[in-house]
Formats: sequence, structure tokens, C-alpha cells
Amino acid sequence: MQLHSRAYLAIKNNMTETILKHASKTAITLIVFAFVFTALLAFVFNLTKAPIDKAEANARMALFGQIVPPNAHDNDLIKDTINIAPNVLLGNTQAMVANRARLNKVPQAIILEAIAHDGYSGDIKLLIAINYDGSIAGVRVLTHKETPGLGDYIDLAKDDWIKLFNGESLKKTLDAQWKVKKDGGQFDYMAGATITPRAVVKAVNHALQYFEANKMALFA
Amino acid sequence: MSQMTQFKEIAHNGLWKQNTGVVQLLGMCPTLAITTSIVNGISLGIATAVVMAAANGAVSPVRKFVPAEIRVAVFILIIAALVTVIDLTIHGFAEPLHKVLGIFIPLIVVNCIVLARVESFAAKNAPVPAIWDGFMMGIGLTFVLAILGGIRELIGKGTLFSGLDLAFGPSFKHFVITVPDYNGFLLAVLPPGAFLGLGCLIAARNWAEVRKTKQANNPQKPSGSLKPAL
Repeated sequence: MQLHSRAYLAIKNNMTETILKHASKTAITLIVFAFVFTALLAFVFNLTKAPIDKAEANARMALFGQIVPPNAHDNDLIKDTINIAPNVLLGNTQAMVANRARLNKVPQAIILEAIAHDGYSGDIKLLIAINYDGSIAGVRVLTHKETPGLGDYIDLAKDDWIKLFNGESLKKTLDAQWKVKKDGGQFDYMAGATITPRAVVKAVNHALQYFEANKMALFA
Repeated sequence: MSQMTQFKEIAHNGLWKQNTGVVQLLGMCPTLAITTSIVNGISLGIATAVVMAAANGAVSPVRKFVPAEIRVAVFILIIAALVTVIDLTIHGFAEPLHKVLGIFIPLIVVNCIVLARVESFAAKNAPVPAIWDGFMMGIGLTFVLAILGGIRELIGKGTLFSGLDLAFGPSFKHFVITVPDYNGFLLAVLPPGAFLGLGCLIAARNWAEVRKTKQANNPQKPSGSLKPAL
């Protein structure tokens, strides 16, 4: 009996040791894999950061040209900027830059960036150009992750929907009307994707409210 | 020679016998959501094929170093890292391609087809057959997405190949086919249309399969018989 239990203990000790050994080997493998692939991600992220920033800056410049015609200003949009502190109406949580258009030093328009957090999937980043008189010169989507084929008609490449905002203003359309038609407002939308346009309409409306409240400071 | 047959079998599995879209029914979320047009379907299909080939190719060489208990965690790590790397690389160095495929690539991370093929094929086979398997599975899915997208686009919007100009440049705009005097049938583009369309595709594939087995079981019957197998 005593012999038996001693042998049993020996086997048990041995087993505990192999289990421990096995577990630590497994853990180390997982750590090595996590480390290698994290390093790979960091490396690729660093490698592609500059080209991606450049591609986004180019895309932004092209959009500037679409919403503020080049002959409507004679200043350099990229250089004439103003910093905008985080604001609920614009949806930004970090300070960002707005670009101003002037003709013979007279303010013409401002290009604000707004972020809608209530899209169908992820944030929708918008560029909103507002003329000095408070009317909209144009709106474009910078980035979005809406469903292809359903919510992505806010992108000008897919549909003209975003041009609905051209010429709109708080004077022309009362706050209560800044909604999609389904919610009793005046903006069209496409069946099957209401959440996306709802978020965009709201973001544009809020951007106009921000503009009216801060107009003087924005062009200072 | 035996290697040739192995590759043939892998291709046959991916395209027909084990088709991810209509037989394995894996990755239904992107399949149903994206197939509103034939161009969207093919774009997602090709992006998936590339990612699956890369994922299988990355997992197969390290398969012997991965203990069975943590294999799923390691495979997910590899796939997620790989998809992110592909996304960043395309965004940084092929901006026009990213404009077309960019919105599809993040969808692939959550697609269980990739993990399924890594787990059931790449974890047990050599790299070259594994890459071929991932690619053929993706191509099999591409066919399903293209057909489903085509059906939904034609019935829902009355067009075919819309958006082709976005993928290949404005000169392709005149390849877009539009059915004259047809206002579209919205249901086909909405989510129910995806389920109905996929159901029809699965039924058609099963019908063809049943017919084939029946013919194989009755070799005396002339093979040209048009009688449907029921």
C-alpha cells in the first residue's frame, strides 16, 4: 500500500512537471507569435504612414477644388488656416484645422471638417464648405465605412445625393426641416439606408449652427 | 502526376464540391450585404481570394510550431495582422486600388471563411497546396458573389455592371447595361433579396448535383436526357 502510493506520488509529481513545462512552452509560443506580428504591424504602419498621409492630403486638395471653385479665391487655402478646438457641434475630439478662402482679402468661404459619430458603421468624416453669407458651397465625404451598395451613396463617386446640400442654409431651411423625409424633414434618402443620410444631414446642420455662432472668430 | 491530381481536386473542391458560398455557407454576412451589384460582388470576391491565399500561405509554414491548444488564437492573430498589412500597403502604395477595394478589405477580417480554410486545410498541408486552396476557395466564392450580385442588380435596379467605371476608369462607363423602361424592384436590392437570391442559387446547385448522381447511378439511361431529376 505504501509502495503503491509512493509510486503514485512520483507519477503525479512527474505529470505536474510535464503539464507545467507544456503550459510554459505554449505560453512562450503565443508570446513569440504576438511579438513577431505586432512588430510586423508596427513596421508596416511606419512604412506606409507617410504615403498614406500624402494620399489623403492629395484627396483633400482635390475635394477643396470641387467645393470651392479655384476662381472664387486668390489665396492659398492650405496656408490660410485657423485652429478649431474640440466642439460638440462639429463632433471633433481633437483640435483641427479649417481652411479659409478669400478674394482680394475679403472672406469668401470656410471649409470646416465635421465628424458624424452616428453613421451605420464608424465615423463619417465630412468636408463642409460654407460661404460667408451662411449658405453651403458644397459638402463632400472624406472617409466613411458605410455598407458598400447601401449606405455609400453619400460618396459623390457613387451618387449625386451629397449635392442636395448645395445652396442650403439655416435661413432657407428651418432647423426642424433639417431631417430626412422619413423623419418629417426635407432631405431625400434612399430606401434601405436611412441611418447614414440621417447622420450626414444632422452633421451638416450642426456645422451650420457652429458657423453662425462663431462666424466673426472664424474669419478673424 | 499525383501532385497534378491533388491540385485538380483542390480546384474542384473550391469551385464546386465545397464551394464556400453555396455549400459550406460560410461568411454569409459580407456575402449577403455586399452583393447589391455584380461589380461589388466581384470586388469583394477577388479581395477575399487574395487574403485567403496569403493567410493559408502564412499559416502553413508555421503549422508545426503551433501547439493545438492555442492554434485558433495564433491563426486569428496571423489573419488579422495580415489583413491589416494588406490594407495599409494598398492604401499607401496603390491609392486608386484602395479607392475601389478599401471598403471591402476590413470586412474580410470578420469573415470566417478565412479562419475555416486555415484551420481545416493550411494547418495540415504544405504551403503550395495551401495557397492554391485559399485562392480557389476565394475564386469559388467570387463566382457566387458575381452571380448573386448580377441577379440582384438586374432585378432590383435594372442595370448590369454599374460602377464598372469606378473600378477601371471612366472609359468603361458605356459597358454599363441598362434595361430600358424598367423602374426596378427594390426588394431584390434590400436584405430579403439577398436571402431569396442565395436560396435560389443553393437550390440550383443542389438540383445539378442530384441530377449528376442520378445519371451516374443509371448508366443505361442516355446521358442527354432532359428530364429533371426530382
